[in-house]
Amino acid sequence: MPELDPSDPDAAVIPADGAASSLATSDAATLEDGPLPGAPASGKARSLWSDAWHDLRRNPVFLVSALIIVFLVLIALWPGLIASGNPLQCDLAKAQEGSQPGHPFGFDTQGCDVYTRTVYGARASITVGICATAGAALLGSVLGGLAGFFGSWWDALLSRIADIFFGIPIILGGLVFLSVVTSGSLWPVVGFIVLLGWPQISRIARGSVVTAKQHDYVQAARALGAGDTRLLLRHIAPNAVAPVIVVATIALGTYIALEATLSFLGVGLKPPTVSWGIDISNASTQIRNAPHMLLWPAGALSITVLAFIMLGDAVRDALDPKLR
Amino acid sequence: MGRYVIRRLLQMVPVFIGSTFLIFFMVYALGDPVAALFGDKAPDPATAARIRRELYLDEPLWKQYGHYMGQILSGDFGTAFNGQKVTELMADAFPVTLRLTLVAILFEIVIGITLGVLSGLRRGRSVDTSVLLLTLIVVSIPTFVSGYVLQYLFGVKWGIVSPSVSPEAPFDELLLPGIVLALTSLAYVTRLSRTSIAENSRADYVRTAVAKGLPRRRVVTRHLLRNSLIPVVTFIGTDVGALMGGAIVTERIFNIHGVGFQLYQGILRQNSPTVVGFVTILVIVFLLANLFVDLLYAVLDPRIRYA
Amino acid sequence: MRGATRARWAVCALSAVLAAAAAGCGGGGGGGTGVVRSSWGDPQNPLEPANTNEVQGGKVLAMIFRGLKRYDPRSGAAENMLAEKIETSDQQNFTITLKDGWTFSNGEKVTSKSFTDAWNYAALVDNKQKNASFFEYVDGYDKVHPASGAATAKTLSGLVVKDDRTFTVKLKTKFSTWPDTLGYTAYAPLPRAFFDDHAAWLKKPVGNGPYAIDSYAKGSAMKLTKWDGYPGDDKAKNSGVELRVYTDNNTAYTDLQAGNLDLVDDIPSAQLKNVKNDLGDRYINQPAGIIQTLAFPMYDANWSKSGMEKVRRGLSMAINRDQITDQIYQKTRTPATDWTSPALGEKGGYKAGLCGDACTFDAASAKKLIQEGGGLPGGRITLTSNVDTGSHRVWMDAVCNSINNALGNDNACIVNPVGTFADFRNQISEQRLSNPFRSGWQMDYPLIQNFLQPLYYTDASSNYGKFSDPQFDKLVDEANAESSQGAANAKFQDAERILAREMPAIPLWYQNGSAGYSDRVSDVTLNPFSVPVYEQIKVG
Repeated sequence: MPELDPSDPDAAVIPADGAASSLATSDAATLEDGPLPGAPASGKARSLWSDAWHDLRRNPVFLVSALIIVFLVLIALWPGLIASGNPLQCDLAKAQEGSQPGHPFGFDTQGCDVYTRTVYGARASITVGICATAGAALLGSVLGGLAGFFGSWWDALLSRIADIFFGIPIILGGLVFLSVVTSGSLWPVVGFIVLLGWPQISRIARGSVVTAKQHDYVQAARALGAGDTRLLLRHIAPNAVAPVIVVATIALGTYIALEATLSFLGVGLKPPTVSWGIDISNASTQIRNAPHMLLWPAGALSITVLAFIMLGDAVRDALDPKLR
Repeated sequence: MGRYVIRRLLQMVPVFIGSTFLIFFMVYALGDPVAALFGDKAPDPATAARIRRELYLDEPLWKQYGHYMGQILSGDFGTAFNGQKVTELMADAFPVTLRLTLVAILFEIVIGITLGVLSGLRRGRSVDTSVLLLTLIVVSIPTFVSGYVLQYLFGVKWGIVSPSVSPEAPFDELLLPGIVLALTSLAYVTRLSRTSIAENSRADYVRTAVAKGLPRRRVVTRHLLRNSLIPVVTFIGTDVGALMGGAIVTERIFNIHGVGFQLYQGILRQNSPTVVGFVTILVIVFLLANLFVDLLYAVLDPRIRYA
Repeated sequence: MRGATRARWAVCALSAVLAAAAAGCGGGGGGGTGVVRSSWGDPQNPLEPANTNEVQGGKVLAMIFRGLKRYDPRSGAAENMLAEKIETSDQQNFTITLKDGWTFSNGEKVTSKSFTDAWNYAALVDNKQKNASFFEYVDGYDKVHPASGAATAKTLSGLVVKDDRTFTVKLKTKFSTWPDTLGYTAYAPLPRAFFDDHAAWLKKPVGNGPYAIDSYAKGSAMKLTKWDGYPGDDKAKNSGVELRVYTDNNTAYTDLQAGNLDLVDDIPSAQLKNVKNDLGDRYINQPAGIIQTLAFPMYDANWSKSGMEKVRRGLSMAINRDQITDQIYQKTRTPATDWTSPALGEKGGYKAGLCGDACTFDAASAKKLIQEGGGLPGGRITLTSNVDTGSHRVWMDAVCNSINNALGNDNACIVNPVGTFADFRNQISEQRLSNPFRSGWQMDYPLIQNFLQPLYYTDASSNYGKFSDPQFDKLVDEANAESSQGAANAKFQDAERILAREMPAIPLWYQNGSAGYSDRVSDVTLNPFSVPVYEQIKVG
């Protein structure tokens, strides 16, 4: 018997207190709403995605955030563009000194230049952030979407696997996984974060798909003979993607911070790699003595997360047919 | 629904076996824990061999696991290296962490959803922007920093609360740690509910409800909020487990002797009975939380039914 | 105030409903008058004297046990405690006579048998005591603790009880300073209760020291009260001690500042800059018997081949110890100039400067020496240490930067942090490391022998780098056979000069004991093992 099947005649209906009014209105609303998203699909005109792109190009929020992200990516690729120093050259005699000419952000505990390290740290942090988020979001939304859409044993299997992964303590997983891989390169760290991150996104995606699937326009499209693939990509995905985008954009920031935690435990990135995470965790114990050590890398992290949250918001709006 | 719940409960059996084996294997992969018991001195080989034999560490992995599962089925979760029964550790740690998690979840629900609803209803206004800024600060400052700063300010500078939590860990002492623990998740809950509210507030049923002349309050709570909660509830469901097992940093800072602390010690000392025992209970908590969330879906959205 | 109380009640009522945890409501923290509230760490092992090898368990044992000897809290010198006299004519056979009038806190008399039973228990392999190897000098150890297989004897043949107050000990070899090792807790006497009802004893250990354990909640707290019937001179000057387990020394420090705690015996390194500001003169920073070194893997041909001693010495000279101890540790470490510790004092065999130029920072000579020796193996070195405890990460970075700067090469030295101590330990014992690694040593008893023989004697128990030098071994053997401590010390110092030449391990710094206390208590001191001398603390 399918696990989540609203069309099942034997299905037990769970009555909800006071549901009547909202049920009635929302049903009525979605009925009206139904044919709209399906409409452009029938014509050859513009697809939903090209519509979205059309909107995005004129959205100032999108333009600003995209500009910041392009700038960050440029720095990550060529840090030498805006920093002339060497992030590994440190003079302990200057430990924790404040701002001075040529060194606008001051020095850290080891006497390294905070400005140079913040600029050079972008590469590792942004690579880990973007790749881990992309990986976890892709894996999570595909698996979660399939689980939510097909229900039945798919759902049972995928959700229970996710449960097991949820159970692994990050520290244990990190120590085991990354002590086996000793190269100290970025990719094992990215892989590890994806491995731990996908279950959360998959649960969110599954939840949204389960809701979206019930909508009448989906039922209508199915009745009109739309196949599973078409239903998923054309009708359900655009309506279920918002929570995934929200979680993924915040997750980007927490993943960069997670890299810091792993480095702090001695299992993440290893020197000579420079990253915001390493610097933030080094600074965290010195907050009473040298707050500037925390301010700059954490500020850089904030700006990055801000840019991605804004981008996510804009993309989400553009995908929402109701706004048009 | 009864059959659905029973089926879900039955699924816990393979998950239980799978996760215990996975964790057991991971601790095993970390290597031999006995050498570390001797501190900076080299272990005396004869004594180390005796300890290994007593802990079944000289057997192959599958035998160790078999022995361990046999013990668990007879209710014996083994002992930690300091000679304490793991069941005793659990009895001490889980109630404390449960209270901490409750406080954190309560904060997430009350503050997170309120802020999310406010900023979702007033998109693009100053409330929305300030909430976004708050979210950013919370996301970019790691827990260990916010924890130490809040502890110093409230505990030492202003002397409002005790900086550390006593072993009994009553609720009033857990308020501050609860906030610290909830901070990162608060960002998620706020953003999720904001997006959901913003999206649904444009839905036709809301327009209909407003057009019908229903009071704004009723529209928001009955129609809008209820339909917007599914992603938020899903997130909080997954967060229960993460909070319980992931409170390592918070528990350290406020000296709370809970699950995170015991897990951390167990992992660093590579004591598999402690780690496997605690994680097993945690996985069961996840399973129950997720089942609860799935049942909540049907309450929030009556179109979803379970067979 | 009323409002606050009401709120507390409300919260408590809520807690009772939610988790049936009303136990936490009512009494708040506190400790009675005259009780010292002190920070503590969860002991790793059950609290048996011969099974406790770390400071936290040792702290408790130092309060509830007194042995044959006791190390003077100030000078570290071994002085008779329960022993009336320990006599020998050949440095190998010792006759020990006990003082009269000592009892355990449960009233049982301390006799010769209390000692021999305890020592036999400790040495027997079946009992899995982690300090069993301390008894390896006693004749018959091989029988009760064979390297493999079952024990063929239950008791050490070298121990013979003459009467209630006299027993003799026969050692395997000559060991002139052996009596001075007897202050270590592994040699403590044990009451019959320990053997008769072991489980009950472990729940609430009973000893013969100035304090008795009142209650022990494993993992969270221990309450000790002054034992009024204590026969020794070092009676407790407070009415008791409450030890509270902290998982993070930063929290303990914060609690001290907030007035919830009286004594913190481990100042977090991040607070070292603020401590004088926060505590004024209620801050102690004094030498303790701990040294940190970087050991070379001498089992690796790349490091042991001839000529490499120049590279090893060069690396030592590339480390700016003064700057690191100043900037990173705020002078709570002292640059090392030999392989022992100033906590030994002159009598214990410490002599400053034995390492000579090789432990003095000199970038130019360092570079030159390393080039003469054929350069770094593989062009670069890595430093390995665990980073789960002891803020090792920070000094590793600093040492590497110092070496890189001295050699003018950003990649000459990189750090290799290891996640857990257990993993680190295993990598060392399996000889997987092919580069220098951290090697810390905390003394068991304040003798120069304890810093040299276990670490650098051929195949010694903690000689992880497998350093071996026949001349060094010969000097140690001769030193142990000397009848006077002065002559023994001179030989040991000669042996240290060999270390200066061969540099099997780079001495980094001597670790100090640091502690802070509240204005509620006074007369707080640390002994040479960096453990607070609790019985001397006055409250109020």
